[in-house]
Amino acid sequence: MARKKIREYDSKRLLKQHLKRLAGFDLQICSAQVNESTDFTELTNKEPWLSSTRLVVKPDMLFGKRGKSGLVALNLDLAQVAEFVKARLSVEVEMGGCKAPITTFIVEPFVPHDQEYYLSIVSERLGSTVSFSECGGIEIEENWDKVKTIFLPTEKPMTLEACAPLIATLALEVRGKIGDFIMGVFSVFQDLDFSFLEMNPFTLVNEEPYPLDMRGELDDTAAFKNFKKWGEIEFPLPFGRVLSPTENFIHTLDEKTSASLKFTVLNPKGRIWTMVAVEVGDLGYASELGNYAEYSGAPNEEEVLQYARVVIDCATANPDGRKRALLIGGGIANFTDVAATFNGIVQALREKESKLKAARMHIYVRRGGPNYQIGLAKMRALGEELGVPLEVYGPEATMTGICKEAIECIMSTA
Amino acid sequence: MATGQLFSKTTQALFYNYKQLPIQRMLDFDFLCGRETPSVAGIINPGAEGFQKLFFGQEEIAIPVHSTIEAACAAHPTADVFINFASFRSAAASSMSALKQPTIKVVAIIAEGVPEADTKQLIAYARSNNKVVIGPATVGGIQAGAFKIGDTAGTIDNIIHCKLYRPGSVGFVSKSGGMSNELYNSIARVTDGIYEGIAIGGDVFPGSTLSDHVLRFNNIPQVKMIVVLGELGGRDEYSLVEALKQGKINKPVVAWVSGTCARLFKSEVQFGHAGAKSGGEMESAQAKNQALRDTGAVVPTSYEAFESSIKETFDKLIEDGKITPVKEVTPPQIPEDLNTAIKSGKVRAPTHIISTISDDRGEEPCYAGVPMSSIVEQGFGVGDVISLLWFKRSLPRYCSRFIEICIMLCADHGPCVSGAHNTIVTARAGKDLVSSLVSGLLTIGPRFGGAIDDAARYLKDAYDRNLTPYEFVEGMKKKGIRVPGIGHRIKRGDNRDKRVELLQRYARENFPSVKYMEYAVQVETYTLSKANNLVLNVDGAIGSLFLDLLAGSGMFTKQEIDEIVEIGYLNGLFVLARSIGLIGHTFDQKRLKQPLYRHPWEDVLYTK
Repeated sequence: MARKKIREYDSKRLLKQHLKRLAGFDLQICSAQVNESTDFTELTNKEPWLSSTRLVVKPDMLFGKRGKSGLVALNLDLAQVAEFVKARLSVEVEMGGCKAPITTFIVEPFVPHDQEYYLSIVSERLGSTVSFSECGGIEIEENWDKVKTIFLPTEKPMTLEACAPLIATLALEVRGKIGDFIMGVFSVFQDLDFSFLEMNPFTLVNEEPYPLDMRGELDDTAAFKNFKKWGEIEFPLPFGRVLSPTENFIHTLDEKTSASLKFTVLNPKGRIWTMVAVEVGDLGYASELGNYAEYSGAPNEEEVLQYARVVIDCATANPDGRKRALLIGGGIANFTDVAATFNGIVQALREKESKLKAARMHIYVRRGGPNYQIGLAKMRALGEELGVPLEVYGPEATMTGICKEAIECIMSTA
Repeated sequence: MATGQLFSKTTQALFYNYKQLPIQRMLDFDFLCGRETPSVAGIINPGAEGFQKLFFGQEEIAIPVHSTIEAACAAHPTADVFINFASFRSAAASSMSALKQPTIKVVAIIAEGVPEADTKQLIAYARSNNKVVIGPATVGGIQAGAFKIGDTAGTIDNIIHCKLYRPGSVGFVSKSGGMSNELYNSIARVTDGIYEGIAIGGDVFPGSTLSDHVLRFNNIPQVKMIVVLGELGGRDEYSLVEALKQGKINKPVVAWVSGTCARLFKSEVQFGHAGAKSGGEMESAQAKNQALRDTGAVVPTSYEAFESSIKETFDKLIEDGKITPVKEVTPPQIPEDLNTAIKSGKVRAPTHIISTISDDRGEEPCYAGVPMSSIVEQGFGVGDVISLLWFKRSLPRYCSRFIEICIMLCADHGPCVSGAHNTIVTARAGKDLVSSLVSGLLTIGPRFGGAIDDAARYLKDAYDRNLTPYEFVEGMKKKGIRVPGIGHRIKRGDNRDKRVELLQRYARENFPSVKYMEYAVQVETYTLSKANNLVLNVDGAIGSLFLDLLAGSGMFTKQEIDEIVEIGYLNGLFVLARSIGLIGHTFDQKRLKQPLYRHPWEDVLYTK
């Protein structure tokens, strides 16, 4: 849900297409996307400028500070670009503590320039913040005091008066052009449901604004309105996040349902697994937490069954002879039918009886909400039926209390 | 936003996009609190109008349903709360429409997935027009003993357990609906209970913020302390920090910002709420908890200690004499719903209808136990389906094929027969298909179309009683009954009905026994001796062969056969078959655009 980063290639594509439509502005930028499956001949046929201009190549992986990390190459010809890319595709790099391979590059014309302007638009609760500076570029953070910012309340339109404070110190020759450009970009920002947009920098080529580097985030809840305008848009996972097959599976389940199903593996060898959001970290045993999880919003029995299967599979994947704990349930539901959702969990537990025993699983259930007594009774009966240690609690107990019990259980040497 | 109370014991609300369960829960809460009137004054269901029946205590009431927001607001001008259960696609538009109504003050938006830009518009409008938006992506909120939104606080059991049917002293606000329920329980354990609880929802831009409601609680005299449950992500809690710093809040605040385990994973993880995206030091739970602590809020060291912090703060208020003891009441009993009682085995209710031929309750509909997919995959035909739905068994292929032949042969008999004539007249009167069809079917009876059934009945009776053809025919003559199945206007002994021959041939080739038909042929031989046009006709052929089908298949007991003949299954076969022709005649007349039929005078004998 909500704000999703998009690749620089897509930000520029959307800007170019819709700036033309909304402001009649013909942005002269061109970009090409390169990944492992790119055929350079085909690409050059589509984008002939690749073979006739000097080029710039950068990773397009949703992380910034690329210049400072030495992953950018300037003033190459196409052959050199191909070589540069080939040497770096699928090679793991570390950025901000996250390690992952580079999968996508963006290739653009090399544009020598002097002026570097900074522009950003951020959507906020009561309006939008627009920032502009004449000292944009790689040193922007050091020159942050030169950035001018205006706040435009939601109900106010973007006008030349509104953005006057941003461009007041610009030379008259460029002020008009840049003012128009800012207004045009703003209208694209609003029309396409961007939540964040940053150009650091943009320059002037033949006196026309020309974005060099760009970042964007879209509000993905607007997809149902904007899918035509967005075209084939990709919302890549943040750099360093690779979904395991199980996480991917839950993710697709989550997309299809109106309920909320979340699952992230934290420590595959952990011994505390959960189907409910818990703050085990507070109790000091974060390292043993196998996953983050949540199901809410009244998932149906089938969805819960599939979800439970996945969690149990992960929880029992690496038995090591030591005790493990599985936490089920959670808070006191408002409208999720506890008995119905527990049916799904009961079925999954039954299916995985041998796995649970092999992993020395201790199950802790705590739940409240509609029909919880029936749900808990089913769990109790199941515990006896399977011969797996299963403790059942209603809303009279606390979730943290159960966590404590679970931790004590796995920590005990017996 | 600020100011104070939004709800009271007399609050009236409009409910947008009908959903039975949350409305019934609201009404049950109303009754529990001893409200005189239910809180839902009207329901809005676009495209529908009328009433919905719901229970207020034991009594059933009818709540009006309007098809537009304007109509509902006009009909219920004192309803100032709008509860919006529209899906995320239409939630923004309907909410804005509601906000624009002069009678509406508060809009609660349940849907998750409202685009941020739309929410911003709602926020801006609400701000400039002194209105309040709660949500989106929220379960709502509750004012104890007075009013609750939708599914907030869950079941009646939970509400009774948390004593939400009478006001306490705690004002509570959180992002998460699920967690707010948890806190209502905690707070009920260690204080005199909630006065009001609001869940602002999990979106990045909530319609009203945590601090909006905290400042509002600050102005409500009955609220003596405020509990806040925040979440990592966003900066909402900092506006609370500011308000505390500026001394705007003069009641104790106990706060906790959850999500501390996000620190544990470096790469961004999607939490349940859009707003809880982890990233950015200032937006971390730790930073916010510290900032709140620094400005004077009571912040425990962990979520586990939250309840005890709340308890300590409340106990101190009692010590300082700031709490007036709550007047405890016993809430009335809410009767259980019939279907819940049935599900839990407490009551059993008899059914009113029995049905045995088909079942639509499962994965796919079944005819006599055979699932639809099998019917299609195994290449069943109409005859097989009739065998399942009428006979409740799978007859051998030769039987179902015979049934199909009968249907084909009886499908139509030209425009002049009574049924077709009626249908034609009705169609030409401009009536619809069904009326035209039924008009024709209504002529089917003893004189038209009913002969098949009669033929089978009489032949069976005669054969089973071992009557000779002579005895049978003369017996009928004595009773003054024409032998059904015998006789034709045109066909003669030397110019037989082709259809009869086809049927007889099929039966001889496929049926294990044709004794009834042979008997019918003997009867025909006798009747032909009396007149040349007394041939066995199609009705007689079908009637007699049908008896052979039943008797020869070995799948029916004698009782079943008797019953089939008595009930008149063959009638059904004729009605079904002839419907094909009658519908055809209806279409024909409509295509031809024939005018109203009037029978010519010349063709009528007018007499006294």
